[in-house]
Formats: sequence, C-alpha cells, structure tokens
Amino acid sequence: MIAVNVEEKLFQNRYKVDHGRPHIQIKDADVCKNDCEAQSCTYVCPASCYKAEGNRAVTLITDGCLECGSCRVICTEHTNVAWEYPRGGHGILFKFG
Amino acid sequence: MAEKFDAIVVGAGPSGNTAAYTLAKAGLKVLQIERGEYPGSKNVQGAILYADALEKVIPDFRDDAPLERHVIEQRIWVLDDNSFVGTHYRSDDYNKPPYNRYTIIRAQFDKWFSSKVREAGALLICETTVEELLMDGDRCIGVRCDRKGGEVHADVVILADGVNSTLARKAGFHGELKAGNVALAVKEILFMPEEVIQQRFNINEEEGVVIEMMGTLTEGMVGTGFLYTNKDSLTIGVGCMLSDFKANPLKTTPYALLEKLKKHPSIAPLIEGGEMKEYCAHLIPEGGFHAVPKVYGEGWMIVGDSGGFVNAAHREGSNLAMTTGRLAAETVIAAKAAGKPMTARTLKAYKDSLDDSFVMKDLHKYRELPQVLHDSPHFFTTYPTLVSRAAKTFFTVDGVDKKTKQREILGSFRSARRWRGLVGDAFKLWRAFR
Repeated sequence: MIAVNVEEKLFQNRYKVDHGRPHIQIKDADVCKNDCEAQSCTYVCPASCYKAEGNRAVTLITDGCLECGSCRVICTEHTNVAWEYPRGGHGILFKFG
Repeated sequence: MAEKFDAIVVGAGPSGNTAAYTLAKAGLKVLQIERGEYPGSKNVQGAILYADALEKVIPDFRDDAPLERHVIEQRIWVLDDNSFVGTHYRSDDYNKPPYNRYTIIRAQFDKWFSSKVREAGALLICETTVEELLMDGDRCIGVRCDRKGGEVHADVVILADGVNSTLARKAGFHGELKAGNVALAVKEILFMPEEVIQQRFNINEEEGVVIEMMGTLTEGMVGTGFLYTNKDSLTIGVGCMLSDFKANPLKTTPYALLEKLKKHPSIAPLIEGGEMKEYCAHLIPEGGFHAVPKVYGEGWMIVGDSGGFVNAAHREGSNLAMTTGRLAAETVIAAKAAGKPMTARTLKAYKDSLDDSFVMKDLHKYRELPQVLHDSPHFFTTYPTLVSRAAKTFFTVDGVDKKTKQREILGSFRSARRWRGLVGDAFKLWRAFR
C-alpha cells in the first residue's frame, strides 16, 4: 500500500479549533488498551485522529477531525467513544465541501 | 428566549433549506439553526445537483444559483489494477436547457440556497449547535442550543441535522447507525484551468462529465470511486461501506485508498497537475429501505440524510433530501391550515406522501441490493479482473485465433466462479435491480 501523509492533506483544510475542549473523547483508555483487539479506529479514521501507541494504548487528537462520525459508529463492541458535535462555529470549516 | 415558532428546522443543508424555505414561503414563523459558521461549511457531498427536486421549490433557480457544469456525459468504469472497461453515455439532449443535472460546490450552493430561505422570511441562526430536543413526555416542544438561554419552543421540530443525527438518537427516536448501513467516503478537490479540463474530458464551456468507478481499487470492499468535473476543479473520491473498512484485513486507510485511485494509470492522466485545495470525509446513509427509521412522531419529523434518504444504487441523495424536506413542510402547512395540532397522527401524512413519492418507491425497489452486494464480494474483486482480462484477451492481436480466445475467456470465468456462482450472482443482482 502507498504511504500517505494525511497531515499534508489536512493542512489544506480550514479549522476553528476549540482549544482545550475536544468534541470527541475516549471514555476509558483502559478499554482500548486491554479489551479492544482490533483498534479499528486507528486505521478507519479518515483524518488519522486515533493513533496506536507502542504499548497498545490508543491516543486521540481531534484537531484534524472531519466530523464524519465513523469512529463512533465502528466502536460497537465497546462503545468507548463519546461523540458530540463541536460547539457552534467550531471544528472543520469546509471551503468547498 | 420566550419566543415561540411555528417550526424549528435543525440544519441548513438541502433538506433543511427546502423545508425552511417552503414553510417560510407559506407564511409560517420559522427558525432555522445551523452549527456551521455559514450554511454549507459543515456539508460534504460528491456533488451532483439534480434539477428536478429543486425546480419544484425554486423554479427559476438557474438564474442565480452557483452551478458548476451541466452534465452531458456519464461514464461507468470497471477498473482492475491497471486498466478499465467502461461505458460512456453522452447525449446532446443533455446539452439543451433546461438541464437535468449539474455539478456543484456545496459550500457555495448551500450558502446561496440559504439566502433564498432568508428572503422567504425564515430566521437563520448560525454557529449554534442544538444540544438536545426539549421533550414534554413523548412530545417534542422545542430545542436547547449551546447558547445562553438557548431554549426555543415550537409546534414542530424538523430534524435536518445530517447522517449523524445525535438529536434523534438522544431523544430515543432510533438507535445508533450500523456500520453496515453507512458508507465512508473521502474526496479531494483539485484545481486546474478550465481549458485543461475541457480538453481532457472533451467538453466545451459549462459542459460536464461524471465518472463512476468500481473494481479492484476497493480491495473487495463494497464501494465505488467517482470523478466529477467542476468549472475549474475536479472532485475525486472513493467510498466503501464502513463495516468493510473496519473488517478489511489489510487495514487500508481511506486516504490510502484515495491515493491508490489517484495513481491508477487510467485516472492519473486526467487529474495530473491538479492542485489539491481541500480534503473531506463524510458518512453516506446507504442502508436503503430497511434502514429508514421512523421519521415522524409527536411534534417532530426527520428529513434528508438523517432519515437515511439516499438511493445508493443511483448515487442520488440531495434530490431525496430536498423532496423529503418539501413533503415534511407541506405536511406542516396543511395541518396548520386545517387547524390541527402537530401530533403523530397529523404528521403521519408526511410518511404517506413519502410512500407515494419516488423517494420510498425507489428505496423499496432496491431494498435487497445492499445485502446482495454484501454477500457477493466477487462484484468488487473477481468480476472486474475477469472483465478486464477478457477485454485484453479479445483485443490483443497475437496470432491466436478468435475461437480459442473466446474459449479461454469463458474458461477463466468458469474456473473463477463456476457456473453456479456466476448464474447465482447474476440472478441475485438482476432481482435486486428488477
């Protein structure tokens, strides 16, 4: 598979980041680490917000989030994603959409 | 806010705008709430606009709507890793006004549509997220926004809040989306000079081409790629069922899939030199007929993507969105005129008119298609490869006689799927499309 730098793609997008108030959160980090075999959020998220760390931990940085909702929908076994829309006016601002 | 409205519309996409426009035009007091900085700033689509649905609400939209190109040619390509077999349908009939469909840029189009909604008299508030519906028992009486004192009341709330309708879910109207009922699509917009686009796609000014693609590019996942010509940009994207992304043993990321599509030898020359200006992702409700939730109740209605109104087989969405928005609004207007309360009993008329329209008729027609495609991954792996190999065998001149070539082609199909599999797949597909 081709190596792709997704950060480079996201760099073209316009965001109004709600600093210190991420709209999506991992409810319980231990569940990702200990109970989730697949960790599919780490490769399904189209903005690569979820990263698999070496120690099986999963980290989440929502700054580049495209608000598609995939992470919430695929986390069916553990429903470990707390997903809300960003506060009004914040988040991704599509120029073309 | 002590003010009370006849109707609150949540969301300013095609369904919300159509609903708000229709209601305001009829003289109702309408509040529309949009979480984006401006209407369109949160919205993503391919994007094709089908004229008919919009014409029914704004007949003269062509006078000032921001449209990119009217589509005169539709291509359907089946790709394997380094070739395509395709059909192209081009008709000069599509080149005569009134045009049937257009490519659009949603951020611009939605902004324009919203200006019409405000002209019609609706009150629009942007940069405001609705956090939950206000319920009195099982009756929806308004919304609570993320603003100070952000409680607003209305006789009816129309949910046009898109595929991730957190409001309907929190209110218990329906459950969580299923990964098998939504497609995850990613796309990029690539800018290049108008003349280059026109030369490459063999079109004149304002004329457009649409390419829909399927094949090995999705690695066996149920999905398609697309390439649309805008005025001075191209839109290229790929989408697969979310459940298939999740289950893909190769753990392919959506952006890697898109990159693979862009590098395909049949695609790369078409997009070469394009300057990437935006990368988007979006879920598309493709569950069809069986995935449509209950769309009305005591004081509430659901329209557009949030009701799952997408015809995946024909790549239609915004026209279903606008039609459901219009039918919901007309239901409210009729009830209001008759002096009826906005109860589930009254609002059932919305579902009846949906059933009567092309919206539910089309979804019903293709109700088994998602399952058929899900059950036969061969449509996305084996068959594209076989079809392209067959074409290659047939068109390569190498001293082998045609009868031998024909036997070889038939043999390759038979050994890959056996007659039973071939006939079975063909029958299931035919039945799903019948």
